[in-house]
Amino acid sequence: MSTTPAAIPSATPGNTLPREHYLNATYGIRSWLLTTDHKRIALLYLVSVTFFFFIGGAFATMIRIHLLTPNGYLVTAETYNKLFTMHGVAMIFFFLIPSIPAVLGNFLIPLMIGAKDLAFPKINLLSWYIYLVGGGFVLYSFSTGGLDTGWTFYTPLSSVYSNSAVTPAVIGVFINGFSSILTGLNFIVTIHTMRAPGMTWFRLPLFVWAHYATSIIFILGTPVIAITLLLAGLERMLHLGFFNPALGGDPILFQHLFWFYSHPAVYIMILPAMGVISEIIPTFARKPIFGYTFIAGSSIAIAVIGFFVWAHHMFLTGESAYAALTFSLLSYLVAIPSAVKVFNWTSTLYKGSISWDTPMLYALGFIGLFLVGGLTGLFLACLGLDIHIHDTYFVVAHFHYIMVGGAVMGYVGGLHFWWPKITGRLYPEFLARIAAVTLFIGFNLTFFPQFILGYLGMPRRYHSYPPEFQVFNVMSTAGASILALGYLLPMIYLIWSMRYGRVAGRNPWPATGLEWQTDSPPLTENFDVTPEVTWEAYDFVNRPDLGLDVKGAPSLAPAHGDD
Amino acid sequence: MHRTGELFGQFETMDQQRESASLGMWVFLSTEVLFFGGMFMTYTLNRSTYPDVFGEASRSINLPLGAVNTIVLIASSLTMAMSVWASQVGKKQLLTIFLILTLILGSVFLGIKGIEYHEKFVEHHVPGLNFSFEPGASVATNAHAQLFFSLYFAMTGLHALHMIVGAGLLIWLIKQSLKGRFTPEYSTPVDLIGLYWHFVDIVWIFLFPLLYLIDRH
Amino acid sequence: MPLYPEQASNFAPNVDALFVYITAVCLFFAVAVTIAVVFFFFKYRRKTAGEVGVPIHGDMRLEVIWLVVPLLLALTMFAGGAVIYVDFRRPPMDTLDIYVVGKQWMWKAQQPTGLREINELHVPVGRNVKLILASEDVIHNFSVPDFRVKMDVVPGHYNTLWFRPTKPGKYHFFCSQYCGTNHALMGGWVTVLEPTDYEAWLSGSSSADANPLVAGEKLFAEKACNTCHLSDGKGRAPSLNGVYEGKVLLADGSTVTADDAYIRESILAPAAKVVAGYQPVMPTFQGQLTEEQIIALTAYIKSLQSQPVPATGAGIAPAGKK
Repeated sequence: MSTTPAAIPSATPGNTLPREHYLNATYGIRSWLLTTDHKRIALLYLVSVTFFFFIGGAFATMIRIHLLTPNGYLVTAETYNKLFTMHGVAMIFFFLIPSIPAVLGNFLIPLMIGAKDLAFPKINLLSWYIYLVGGGFVLYSFSTGGLDTGWTFYTPLSSVYSNSAVTPAVIGVFINGFSSILTGLNFIVTIHTMRAPGMTWFRLPLFVWAHYATSIIFILGTPVIAITLLLAGLERMLHLGFFNPALGGDPILFQHLFWFYSHPAVYIMILPAMGVISEIIPTFARKPIFGYTFIAGSSIAIAVIGFFVWAHHMFLTGESAYAALTFSLLSYLVAIPSAVKVFNWTSTLYKGSISWDTPMLYALGFIGLFLVGGLTGLFLACLGLDIHIHDTYFVVAHFHYIMVGGAVMGYVGGLHFWWPKITGRLYPEFLARIAAVTLFIGFNLTFFPQFILGYLGMPRRYHSYPPEFQVFNVMSTAGASILALGYLLPMIYLIWSMRYGRVAGRNPWPATGLEWQTDSPPLTENFDVTPEVTWEAYDFVNRPDLGLDVKGAPSLAPAHGDD
Repeated sequence: MHRTGELFGQFETMDQQRESASLGMWVFLSTEVLFFGGMFMTYTLNRSTYPDVFGEASRSINLPLGAVNTIVLIASSLTMAMSVWASQVGKKQLLTIFLILTLILGSVFLGIKGIEYHEKFVEHHVPGLNFSFEPGASVATNAHAQLFFSLYFAMTGLHALHMIVGAGLLIWLIKQSLKGRFTPEYSTPVDLIGLYWHFVDIVWIFLFPLLYLIDRH
Repeated sequence: MPLYPEQASNFAPNVDALFVYITAVCLFFAVAVTIAVVFFFFKYRRKTAGEVGVPIHGDMRLEVIWLVVPLLLALTMFAGGAVIYVDFRRPPMDTLDIYVVGKQWMWKAQQPTGLREINELHVPVGRNVKLILASEDVIHNFSVPDFRVKMDVVPGHYNTLWFRPTKPGKYHFFCSQYCGTNHALMGGWVTVLEPTDYEAWLSGSSSADANPLVAGEKLFAEKACNTCHLSDGKGRAPSLNGVYEGKVLLADGSTVTADDAYIRESILAPAAKVVAGYQPVMPTFQGQLTEEQIIALTAYIKSLQSQPVPATGAGIAPAGKK
């Protein structure tokens, strides 16, 4: 691969960081633990979600090593069941759901809309503390007996039969839900009321639209899982009977209530990542996104339709066939807006000026992996096929393609894209490209064989399996070792770059968003003067301040008039 | 710490601050709708599965006390609305009086709730504490009645918790009002806490018929 | 290395065909998008530092096309799956019924003659087989990949699963709903035999005392069911002669089919559906009967199908009433 083209005058990395910025404005541990600056809170979240990512990753490593042999001797059955449960709980509730919104969303949304902070900065800090308390309960559960119910907590296994530390875990997830709710509330109000003059809805970056849609799910979905876990916890503690058939309750009711949140939750995990991709592609193709209105609208559509498909997790519980037909049809409908996004992103590349920089590699990797993940969702939504592949490794492969191949790549790609803004420094480009490619290859090797395992019939959550499934399991574990390398590399060089990376300057790429008009890193109050927006999103042509060569490039009318 | 009525740093104008606060409260209330909604759903489904036992159990809770509480709560919403009006027309003394009345009525509600809970405790109708619906009840009846009471305590308990928080907010409001902080130009906390209080009242308006009024021939 | 399991049931070829179809459609789009992305990635690679792309904001026609075409294709996938699923959820009338009870961490199956199996299931090839699934504790799932079938086994519910084996042989079955420590060990083998071999196997063990009919008849008397459900229809409760799979007229005017689930509900929650003309006086037996006992009672009541139905006091609705 050749090196990045020579730096552009307006984006020449300066020799020094700005004299005053949000990182050095105040010192001391109290200034961090009691901060109300959205940017510092974002970094607090960065540290905590990374911590939980390590924990979840450690469990995943043990799982894959254990599954190298059919009668894995690494751990006992009981321990294995705890490993996959805790892997799920840590990753879903404490990494995937908060990651992009609480790290990148918190950092960027005020900057992107021209505000000084979120609407409720103290509530923002409270969100982080609630997250920590919830995490504390869950860690307590992990270390005093562990959790072996599956992250789905199905009753009556979780409320009656399990002998693991269910109650503290359920309390921890319950508490953590309020962190999500408050973040969502903050984002919605901020986006409504705090946009700078001229920043109309249809000039908003698509990252903001994505987080608006995500926040709708945060506030409407999370309360339901909160109450569900509360009832399940009470059932366990006081021997009540909401979901226990021996006491007149209904275990299927638990599933309905659980999935009413947990399905929209998966859209919480992917919509922000899609928002990141919608920022990276126009920036690294140096042209407006193709179909702005459709991408914005599809985010809202996914959030709304996503609330009506939950029972596709329950096709085989004995629910009525009419219900199953309805939920299958709706599940196909929810796939369409995602397809629209993929086509629009691809079209944005057409006649672009495409940089091969790391964020673009992550974005394109996302498209490839999300494609597989999303398309395999069509198999699962298909009632006749689901009878065969439900609760097999096919499902495991499907959701890892979306959550890891999609959400995590979006997160890591976003971190790279905005790293200069967050830290003021650039990461080492060559090493970063290698890591991106390693991640992509390792990921596919890990999870593609699992589709085959699933169709062959290997059930999920199995600590031991029939010998005929071994070959694909070994392939998967081999891939996982490469995947792990792909994650470790960025952790190392990103930390290295914070001290030794090249100083980035205001707008190294350059990109068109308002956040790139501020210093890198920005002042605590973001802007010295409240910006007034007169340009459309992703307009590279009418932006002389970017210092690009626009002679001869046709200049067009405002974006949304064409859509 | 900011004094009530000042422009907070993240906002450009008082209008923006007011708008944000108001939208924030509405969004928060919508999350509460979903929160209570999950339990309402559970209750409704169970009620239609076990109509007889639920009917019997419902008849065993204190309807007169429940009815009084309903009137008390509606009256407290009236006094709350009056306090919002008083703040808007600048009648500071009346504002304080109405807030205090609201707090009193809210406390009466909680007190009566306490009496009801005590009654249930004495009758062994508290799940998890030697629950026994009635002497000679079959295993199934006991189980289904316990389901009713689990939901009864969960729903009214959660509601009462919200009332207690509301009472705490009212105490703060009264203190601020006594300092004369609220004017026709600035009465946001009164408006917002008023919204919250009305919402908690509305939840009770649904709870009361669902729990107390079914199968009362 | 096989990429898909054996096709050993009536469902398997259809499921596989649908799988191939959906794979083909998805592969087409995946390849098309990948080629486009890779092609653009190389063709439009930035040549000079200050270069910008051509600002194209969108194209309504394209948006409509790539919204409508995938939608239509998705509908075909939905339809293909729906057909198989509806067939799967509606067992035919002429099934060989086997009761299967799942508990942590084993499976117990009971053949119609009462012969029991543990972690094994013997069935005849070419017959429609219906499994009636019950759980004694948590949620399990009975799955046979080579048949392409599975169904959750939920405590407090009956679920049914049906298939027609098409090839003699031994096929793995698994528990496919996480159920605790030994979830992965809760499996076994379905043995599909030629009909004559199946009959031979059935009669090859003494099963008289395990016959659920006998056990059910005993229970019917033991639990005093026969004191109200007099067969001549003159008791406090309807006669159960001929009631199985018949239409029952309820007090609220609706009619319901007296299938296994109805019988089970009548035993455990008799107030739920009261027969027209009768008082709701039947006590519930919730907590007093195990799943196996309920199965035995059901088998006995089923055997009363061929008994003479009394003119009055019958459980079933008179002929001609909807």
